Amino acid sequence: MLRTGLVTGLALMEDIQAAFSLAAGLIFSGDTDLFEIVGLSLTVSVTAVAFACAIGMTLGAAIGVTRFPGRSAVIVLLNALMGLPPVVVGLCVYLLLSRAGPLGVLGLLYTPTAMIVAQTILVTPVVAALTRQVVEDLHHEYDEVLKSLGVKGIGRVRTLLWDARYSLITVALAGFGRAVAEVGAVIIVGGNIDHLTRMMTTAIALETSKGNLALALALGIVLVGISLAVNGAVATLGGAAPRTRNA
Amino acid sequence: MPDSILPLQARELCYQVNGTPLIDRISLTVDVGGFTVVIGPNGAGKSLLLRLLHGLIEPNSGRVEWAGGTASNGVLRMRQAMVFQRPVLLRRSVEANIVYALKWLGVPRAARAAAIDAALERAGLADRRRAQARLLSVGEQQRLVVARALAGKPDVLFLDEPTASLDPASVQQIEALLLEANAAGTAIVLVTHDTGQARRLGRDIVFVHRGRLTEKAPAEAFFDRPESPEARAYLNGEIIV
Repeated sequence: MLRTGLVTGLALMEDIQAAFSLAAGLIFSGDTDLFEIVGLSLTVSVTAVAFACAIGMTLGAAIGVTRFPGRSAVIVLLNALMGLPPVVVGLCVYLLLSRAGPLGVLGLLYTPTAMIVAQTILVTPVVAALTRQVVEDLHHEYDEVLKSLGVKGIGRVRTLLWDARYSLITVALAGFGRAVAEVGAVIIVGGNIDHLTRMMTTAIALETSKGNLALALALGIVLVGISLAVNGAVATLGGAAPRTRNA
Repeated sequence: MPDSILPLQARELCYQVNGTPLIDRISLTVDVGGFTVVIGPNGAGKSLLLRLLHGLIEPNSGRVEWAGGTASNGVLRMRQAMVFQRPVLLRRSVEANIVYALKWLGVPRAARAAAIDAALERAGLADRRRAQARLLSVGEQQRLVVARALAGKPDVLFLDEPTASLDPASVQQIEALLLEANAAGTAIVLVTHDTGQARRLGRDIVFVHRGRLTEKAPAEAFFDRPESPEARAYLNGEIIV
């Protein structure tokens, strides 16, 4: 028993070492399969986040500045939707897009578009809920000045979104993090088809189940690397953002 | 559009929260080019009165009437401005803060450049126009806020203790800005609990105590011979509750 454990442990160590060299090899040799998978992952997630920001930021800001009956219930719902399980979203989108479903005629199932739809649904509540909080805090500060200037409705929302832009970049990043890391939704609606809908996360799931741990780990390293690179880039850009000193 | 939205006449303004009257039947008039200083102890309802006059909150009863009641709400908004105790600046450059106000005050694009230059010059911030507004010192921020409020040449400017947290040099600069604007025709309604400032600036004094207007007089008369016992006590530096 102990012996088996030791052997497995050693094998794992070797796998990790192999994974790092494989990852380096794949990246620096310009492996086309890897870049195809990474490219698709980024395209799908970035597109989904763009849609989610367009919808979620507008919605979040609107809820942030308006008062209406049932508002707190809407906020609770929105916050709860942040934890929407990806597989459930995947299943719902699958049912919508499957041949027998209401949108089956569009023939979108197992295409990148289906994955974008699923991830947009997944990320929109995250963006909306966080935007609501950011905009509402800013609105507290600006309310009287905007009222004094006669700024109402859409003008108010636009002003607040623009002035909250640095915080909203972080919101978009949180959305991107959720999108690029999830596997449950895209594997159901995308189907993990090689050269068509294979993403980093679905590939990792597949390679792991095939026992190809080194390749799975290599992909994992690339995924974490991308996440770090994106956040690093934004932090560098954010360095140019003014810090509030006397506020 | 009328020449001025003034005179402003407040008639029997009442404002209460949960049945407690915070403003109790206050009537007053602000004339074209006037300089009215509202003083009184903390919690007397001075800031609330200012917000009622500026239309940020609605009175429970009573009315605020402008120049015979003919001007539309949009025009009324554009011809008055308010400065708050804590400077609230947009997270944009110094210049963009003024541009924003001018845009919403309906100043045509062609006229904006000159108005921006004049406002920055007045505030002594001409060399800081590209700086982020919120990186200015507190004194500079409040100067910018006053300049932003005056950029649209309002008929009346309301100020709620604009110099309460400023150093003496900044106070002096803000007061100079106000006197200059007043000389150029903008009526000023200033809330302060600094009696020194009230003496320096005010032409008319309104004394508010417990939500009521207890005395209204030209500055000289008020400071020489305050009529109400509350005003006398206040000017003598006593604590009145």
